[in-house]
Amino acid sequence: MSMNRRELLGGAAALSTAAMLPQAAMAADTIQLGSILDTSGIFDAYGKPMDQAMRLAVKEINDAGGLLGKQVEVAAYDTQSDMALYSQYAQQLTRQDKVDVVHGGILSASREAIRQTMRKTKTLYFYNVQYEGGVCDRNIFVTGVTPAQQVEVLVPYAMKKSGPKVHILAADYNYGQITARWIQKFVEENGGEVVATDFFPLDVADFGSTITKIQQTAPDLVFAPLVGGAHLSFFRQWSAAGMKDKIPLASTTMGVGNEHKVLTPEEGNGIMVAYNYSQELDTPANIAFKAKWQAEYGDTTAIHELAVSTYQGIMLWAAGVRKAGSIERDAVVDALETGISIEGPAGKVTIDPQTHHATVDVHIMEFEGQGMTVIETLPQRAPIDTQAVCDLQANPGDNTQYEIEI
Amino acid sequence: MDLSFVILVEVLYGVASLVLISAGLAVVFGMMKVINLAHGEFMMMGGYATITAVGLGVNVFVAMLVIAPLVVGLIGLIVERLVIRHLYGRLVDTMLATWGLSLVFIGLATMIFGNTTTGISTPIPGFAFGGYQVNGYNFFIIIVSIVLVIAMYAVLRGTRAGLIARGTMQRSDMAAALGYSPGRIYMMTFFCGSALSGLAGAVLAPLVGLVPTSGGAYIAKAFITVIAGGPSLIAGLVSSATSFGLVSQFFTFAISPVIGEVALLIAAVVLLRTMPQGITGRFFKGKL
Repeated sequence: MSMNRRELLGGAAALSTAAMLPQAAMAADTIQLGSILDTSGIFDAYGKPMDQAMRLAVKEINDAGGLLGKQVEVAAYDTQSDMALYSQYAQQLTRQDKVDVVHGGILSASREAIRQTMRKTKTLYFYNVQYEGGVCDRNIFVTGVTPAQQVEVLVPYAMKKSGPKVHILAADYNYGQITARWIQKFVEENGGEVVATDFFPLDVADFGSTITKIQQTAPDLVFAPLVGGAHLSFFRQWSAAGMKDKIPLASTTMGVGNEHKVLTPEEGNGIMVAYNYSQELDTPANIAFKAKWQAEYGDTTAIHELAVSTYQGIMLWAAGVRKAGSIERDAVVDALETGISIEGPAGKVTIDPQTHHATVDVHIMEFEGQGMTVIETLPQRAPIDTQAVCDLQANPGDNTQYEIEI
Repeated sequence: MDLSFVILVEVLYGVASLVLISAGLAVVFGMMKVINLAHGEFMMMGGYATITAVGLGVNVFVAMLVIAPLVVGLIGLIVERLVIRHLYGRLVDTMLATWGLSLVFIGLATMIFGNTTTGISTPIPGFAFGGYQVNGYNFFIIIVSIVLVIAMYAVLRGTRAGLIARGTMQRSDMAAALGYSPGRIYMMTFFCGSALSGLAGAVLAPLVGLVPTSGGAYIAKAFITVIAGGPSLIAGLVSSATSFGLVSQFFTFAISPVIGEVALLIAAVVLLRTMPQGITGRFFKGKL
């Protein structure tokens, strides 16, 4: 068949118009879910499983017939562990893609980089990560655990197992500083004493002198909210010095990105932690979740706390949309503020209307053979740290991250 | 008594780790005047070489002391042939080129090993001394660095190869006139420098969680130690590592690890202000 240029252009124009038509029609028929995560770069160990969990949740919603009779469509951006890209993609999601909800952000810095954009453009925002607490903003929902939820249960357990004298080693930025204060508060409330607190910048990898210092203060327990790859050295050097069997360790961060799979069993066994999720949770909901993950991705080893938080965040949002019968922001916020709950892989998750944080089950666990064995489950712990400073019911216009005073 | 022994071990360990971190750079930068900004990445690759070899069932000491230096030395050899040899004597250009190399190595390591933390546990158990636990691996690091310094001294001072290398670094034209190929000698020296960096990375690997960007943590300390050491290779290395190790460990024990790091940097500034030629520019003059 021969064709001149005019015919070709005409045909192409007709074709592309035809191609655009159903798409334009479809845009109104689908719900747009924006996702913004570091799926490459130094935080990809956190971000990749979160992305997989997000896609799994959306697939499940769609397979069950979608939301309000519409399919959910994902617009996902990879921020490459670069904070500058967060603000750029947040603009893209809210102003060009005009999504109905955004899930994402990993580090507290990334959340703060996009939170105001979401608020200004009235785009509902879900932050599904364990963090230092205190964000008070009607436009955001936080489904991860905060320090008080972990520390409140972990401190009494760890002190009962060891003794009253505690030495704290924390990462030197807002998360570590705030968490250390919470640890001190609960240690004192439980009749104990903090003998010393040391803070470490994120790139410190040599803990030899610290280990000697700990032996001088001779605590019964070491509490270590340390963060990142360099700080992992502490656990390794602690075990190499033969201290592991002498003074027990507890942490609020170890294992959140599956770090316990990097340590050998000899180095990790016995470290006490408290989280919302463990792969070893022996509940029907978790077994079913792992089976779905297995069917989708073929391998469940990557699942971690943050991935499950993301999954639960999306399910909470979906429950809110169903209850509201609308995807309009204020209607969904009102529906979520009724104290809506879902049953997630890690147990029941309830939105706390006062703070827009989540009330979750917290499990006390110990590392055992590169896994986390559940010792005790404490159902439905409220985010008491943020509750102490934030009341969105009384003050819905609030837009602050409070530094929690203890 | 027990405590002073434990602190002594920690101080010696601090000095020894500085010697290890800086030895490779002392050869490449101190002798050859090549500013190798990829020094940290050479160390990182030494760590990965060790972990990979151990994963394949090689004895951990063989992996650290033989395989890692060889692997990194060979990588250094390739780099020298492809890039560095074209840039001898062009200080700024080598900086740019080796900085690019460091980015390439980080990227490659990320592609091969992934962007997650890996590691091996220390092969030597800790032991009790009086009321304190001591990390047995610290002794290993101290011994390795002592042996390393003695070996470097013996090779440079006592062997013909060392003599020729030193001669070529001082006057390559004279060495060429006497029938030695400077190109080949530079190549071998760069190989040795890279192998030393690989050894350092390998020996330190069991103490840290390794990520492809781990090298960045070492590079500043290595340059500070080598530059403050001054013109004499071994005397400079040992004297500046000792001063910085003492200062940083003293403040670490007296106050905190952060202040220890700060004290090290302040000491470096003061030292270079009072002795712009480095420690061996004033003391131990003419020593190796």
